[in-house]
Amino acid sequence: MASLVSHPDEVKVVSRRFGMGATEIARYLELDGYKAVRKALGMEPDAIINEVKNSGLRGRGGAGFSTGMKWSFVPKQSAKPKYVLCNGDESEPGTCKDRLIFEHDPHAVIEGVMIGGLAVGAKSGYIYIRGEYRYLSIIMQKAIRDAYAKGFLGKNIFGSGRDFDIYWHGGAGAYEVGEESALMESLEGKRGIPRIRPPFPAVVGLWGGPTVINNAETLANVPHIILGGADWYAKLGTPKNGGTRLFCLSGNIAKPGVYELPMGYNLKKMIYEVGGGIPNGRKLKAVVPGGSSCPALTADEIDVAMDFDSVAKVGSMLGSGGVVVVDDAQCIVKFALRTMKFYKHESCGWCIPCREGTDWLEKTLTRFHRGGGMMKDIDNMQYLSENMLGRTFCPLGDAAAMPTIAFVKKFRKEFEDHLDGKPCPYEKEGAVEELPVFAH
Amino acid sequence: MKFSDEFEARFAEMLPHYPMKRSALVPTLLYAQDEVGFISDEVIAELAGRLDLTELEVRNVISYYSMLTTKPRGKFNVQVCTNISCLVRGGEEILRHCAKKLGVGNKGTTPDGLFTLEEVECIGACSWAPAAQINYDFHENLTTEKVDEVIEHYRSKSTR
Repeated sequence: MASLVSHPDEVKVVSRRFGMGATEIARYLELDGYKAVRKALGMEPDAIINEVKNSGLRGRGGAGFSTGMKWSFVPKQSAKPKYVLCNGDESEPGTCKDRLIFEHDPHAVIEGVMIGGLAVGAKSGYIYIRGEYRYLSIIMQKAIRDAYAKGFLGKNIFGSGRDFDIYWHGGAGAYEVGEESALMESLEGKRGIPRIRPPFPAVVGLWGGPTVINNAETLANVPHIILGGADWYAKLGTPKNGGTRLFCLSGNIAKPGVYELPMGYNLKKMIYEVGGGIPNGRKLKAVVPGGSSCPALTADEIDVAMDFDSVAKVGSMLGSGGVVVVDDAQCIVKFALRTMKFYKHESCGWCIPCREGTDWLEKTLTRFHRGGGMMKDIDNMQYLSENMLGRTFCPLGDAAAMPTIAFVKKFRKEFEDHLDGKPCPYEKEGAVEELPVFAH
Repeated sequence: MKFSDEFEARFAEMLPHYPMKRSALVPTLLYAQDEVGFISDEVIAELAGRLDLTELEVRNVISYYSMLTTKPRGKFNVQVCTNISCLVRGGEEILRHCAKKLGVGNKGTTPDGLFTLEEVECIGACSWAPAAQINYDFHENLTTEKVDEVIEHYRSKSTR
């Protein structure tokens, strides 16, 4: 069980029921549970969509697309069944927020899926949870069963004459499945290879039916928007960036944890006041502001409002809310290498720029970190990364390339310090060899 | 082949959730692996038959997902994360410590068949790093001392 933290600057919306026993349906009902879906049942679908649009809610999985807009793309009439798919395949390094939502407030996700379903005219929804989160899938399955037992799911929900079903689904270890089209492939029982778009999932999705895919945190926000109103929610954040965000502080920080802060909260304040600063008398070297795919910011770049648009302006992304803090005892080359090793491992190999690019970059970075780097490798790494951008079916290629470009550009000196057979300056005995692999 | 009643109940419950049978494949493979210890040829043949797939189609899916394995491994799979949040908080030291303590390398299994060691990608424990999972249980804010305790705990669990 993951431990909870708190700070006076927090504005608790999604996390308001954390630690309050809301996994039990009776307790959830005491805490305003299932009120939002009852309200939504009395609303026109377009009214629900407009409310979510006006709230400024944007996708919490990383892309930051307007949730209401996404819902509005689903055709009103469809010969095939429509679906709502909750993306709980949380795997972006640095991100551990959906885990807390599933652990503490699973019914909020169920309610969010139902409201999404009412808005787009779907009769069923799937909640996909990554395979590693087995204990959470057990919590979620119980929550779904309890909701059925109360008549909140199934036939004639809340006596409204309408039907809605929700099913749990589990993964088995794959980062790429967090990408929406790969997620659908995985749910259909296949390898998580991305689909080419268009057509977008809103038109042709699961089993060919129109499908809305939202991150678990996004959906968990929806009931609060329906109850509190779009204006209230929008005002919690900054213009066009409604509400709050679960920020996962990790790395070299005194008080790591998941904090719910208003959109647009200053990053410097987040690190030094909420997170308690850098421990052990160390200095800040870099911050990855939104999970491993986001270009790192240097210590001079952190005076920035943490909303989608402000972080984009400084050349990075708000991403999935994973704020990874790196102190001056860490080697950026090694950090870049570990990041690339991850993307190489997770690349499905479907498109060549990603398959080959991640492989070449990992090999170059490995050689570089061990002291075998050449000056031309530095530019080569940037060139290779830039040639991956926008040339793949899914954003995994971009996710590998973007942080690498930033590491090379912003920390070039550290790369140069590894040249000419010099041992890694951060590891006195030189780079540590990887463990031998005895079997696959 | 024979699975447990629990597996059969789960499988029967899951199947009607989807318009196409094969959709149940990924979670079912993981449940089967939990029972058998790995995905054996027998499991592949059985599930292919049940879901109207060829064995090749099932193998194709297995090879994509990192949690699925067709090779037997130890009773306890020690999965140490060394991804970025864990890396900067000593995840590699935890991995090396485990390797030394268990006397195996990455993906190696101890001769008594109790432990397999595996370096894994992000397990979603970033704010509680460094972290590891032993089978499905999370162990967080690890130190080398804590790792020793945890491993001894599992060892004694198996002899009890």
